[in-house]
Amino acid sequence: MRGNDVAFAFGAMLFVAAAALTTFLVGNEYPFFAGYVILQYIVLAVAWTILGGYAGYVNFGASAFFGVGVYTSVFLAKAFGAPLLVQIAVAAAVGGFLGFAVGLLTLRMKGIFFSIATIAVTIIIDTFIVNWKYVGGAAGIQVVRPPTMAPFESYVKMLFVVQAILVVIAVATARYIQNSRIGRGLQALRDDELAAECSGVPTLKLKLLACVISGALMAAAGAPSPMYLQYAIPVAAFDLNYSVSALAMSLIGGTSHWLGPVLGAVLLGVTQQWLTVNISSAANVLLLGVMLVVFVVAAPRGIIGLFVRKKSEKTP
Amino acid sequence: MINDSGGVFETTTGRGWGVFSVELLIESIIFGVLLGCFYCAVSIGLSVAFGLIDVPHIAHPAFLVLAAYCVYILNDTWGIDPLLAGVLITPLFFLFGIVVYRLYHAMFEKRGSDAAVRGIAFFFGVAFIIEVLIILQFGVDQRSVTAPYIGKSWRILEMRIPIRQIVAFVVAVSLTLALTLYLSRTFTGRAIRAVAQDEGALRLLGADPIRIKTWAFGLATAILGIAGALLIVVAPVEPTLDRAYIGRTFCVVVMAGLGSMSGTLVAAIILGVAESVVLTSFGASWAPAISFSLLLAVLAVRPQGLFGR
Repeated sequence: MRGNDVAFAFGAMLFVAAAALTTFLVGNEYPFFAGYVILQYIVLAVAWTILGGYAGYVNFGASAFFGVGVYTSVFLAKAFGAPLLVQIAVAAAVGGFLGFAVGLLTLRMKGIFFSIATIAVTIIIDTFIVNWKYVGGAAGIQVVRPPTMAPFESYVKMLFVVQAILVVIAVATARYIQNSRIGRGLQALRDDELAAECSGVPTLKLKLLACVISGALMAAAGAPSPMYLQYAIPVAAFDLNYSVSALAMSLIGGTSHWLGPVLGAVLLGVTQQWLTVNISSAANVLLLGVMLVVFVVAAPRGIIGLFVRKKSEKTP
Repeated sequence: MINDSGGVFETTTGRGWGVFSVELLIESIIFGVLLGCFYCAVSIGLSVAFGLIDVPHIAHPAFLVLAAYCVYILNDTWGIDPLLAGVLITPLFFLFGIVVYRLYHAMFEKRGSDAAVRGIAFFFGVAFIIEVLIILQFGVDQRSVTAPYIGKSWRILEMRIPIRQIVAFVVAVSLTLALTLYLSRTFTGRAIRAVAQDEGALRLLGADPIRIKTWAFGLATAILGIAGALLIVVAPVEPTLDRAYIGRTFCVVVMAGLGSMSGTLVAAIILGVAESVVLTSFGASWAPAISFSLLLAVLAVRPQGLFGR
């Protein structure tokens, strides 16, 4: 295990270093503009997997947490002119707190009821933001970027590196959970909640923890978004597409391993960017839906499942 | 007769608490009851599909919007009356429902508990596909139908009640009544309720639960033909309308207590009145949150619903 950890840490550092290095080598901004979106989807999909994959609770509320992240940033920027890192940290805290509240309210529900409740939370928060005039209401709000910081040539390139760091944090968290008692507990309650409870697994506590961590990561993923778009509007921030994307990318990649959502997000994210540029944005949404349906029907374990089937079937 | 041109809520846009009067309250309650009966018509199919035979049918509102667009095509191309068009598409939707259920059963129900999670994702994906296909075909603009009873209203005392609301009310109540009678008086109807109560017992009696469930899901989808017609009669439709109706339909079905038909009518009226009163007093921008808040409240306080089994 130890050697694995070192290799993982090394890989993570290499990833961030490579991301930072390319911002100096490549002059054109567009690759980073598109890359940012893909990285953002990786964070969302990995965060979704912590609750949706490990614990088996299908969360349709990714857009709620994402939107809360967006609007925490907007509020902090408008009220205090807070710097980006503070925005992300506070957004994560707010997202975690929201995860706790939503978890307390909904995690006693099973299956479809939980899923519907998470949609409900999304729409309710969306409605509150629409009616909150200070952060722009339904019409949205313009956000002014602060001046670019020293080593970076442009703000978008900096955001790209920031999002790359968030990816590392999300993946490291998911990986830690997967290999720890928490992950085993979550998997036990996913397979049979009653049996897990009877064998002494603190199911509600674990579910709450997963919900808090997942919520914090999703909100953090949304926090840099206002600076990236220089604009925030509830229709876009709480767009149900984020919920579908997070869920679809995770299920397509495979939810049994942290690598699954990463693969799913990269694969779908790249294809979507390509489709948006070459065909239309409606086409990429269609692709998302079709891929989701095809995978849940034909490859229940996702891409990961296609490769590691033998290994997972050996372990009971 | 007076012409009206807006949607469902044309007479009830935000007036603020300042001018809130008893007459306004009574008016909004009457509108709420009419609206509630309409909500009952669009939810009753889900009450069968989700309430009775336990299919996590998140795509129900998407099917509803799809039906509304089918009615739009018939009305726009051949000028067929929207309600007649709704009846005409029911056989098609019946077959559609049978195909969807068979697919769902083969892919998810048979495979056991882990598959249930993916079943939910499956319907979510299907809803999404329908939404995007409608956008690709018709664009994001609102669509509406023409009929003699759309755009006129009756004046009763001080109130103006659009005739389309009354048409929707009458059709919705008849639909609910017919379905309640069907489920309690006919052999197949009773079989559907039996399958909801104890599938194993039914199998022991020599009946095939899957066949009955397929029939029930087909029926639930067929009803959407008429419900979709009402949807586009009451107000113009747009492709993403299904998102608002996820809240409304599931709120009604869960509040009713799964599978109770008369409960569905009562719950729908409660939702209709709540929406209408809140709209009158706070304004339309709060509308989307009402059904979802009510749904959350029911799930948190009384998950078995008002008339739960």
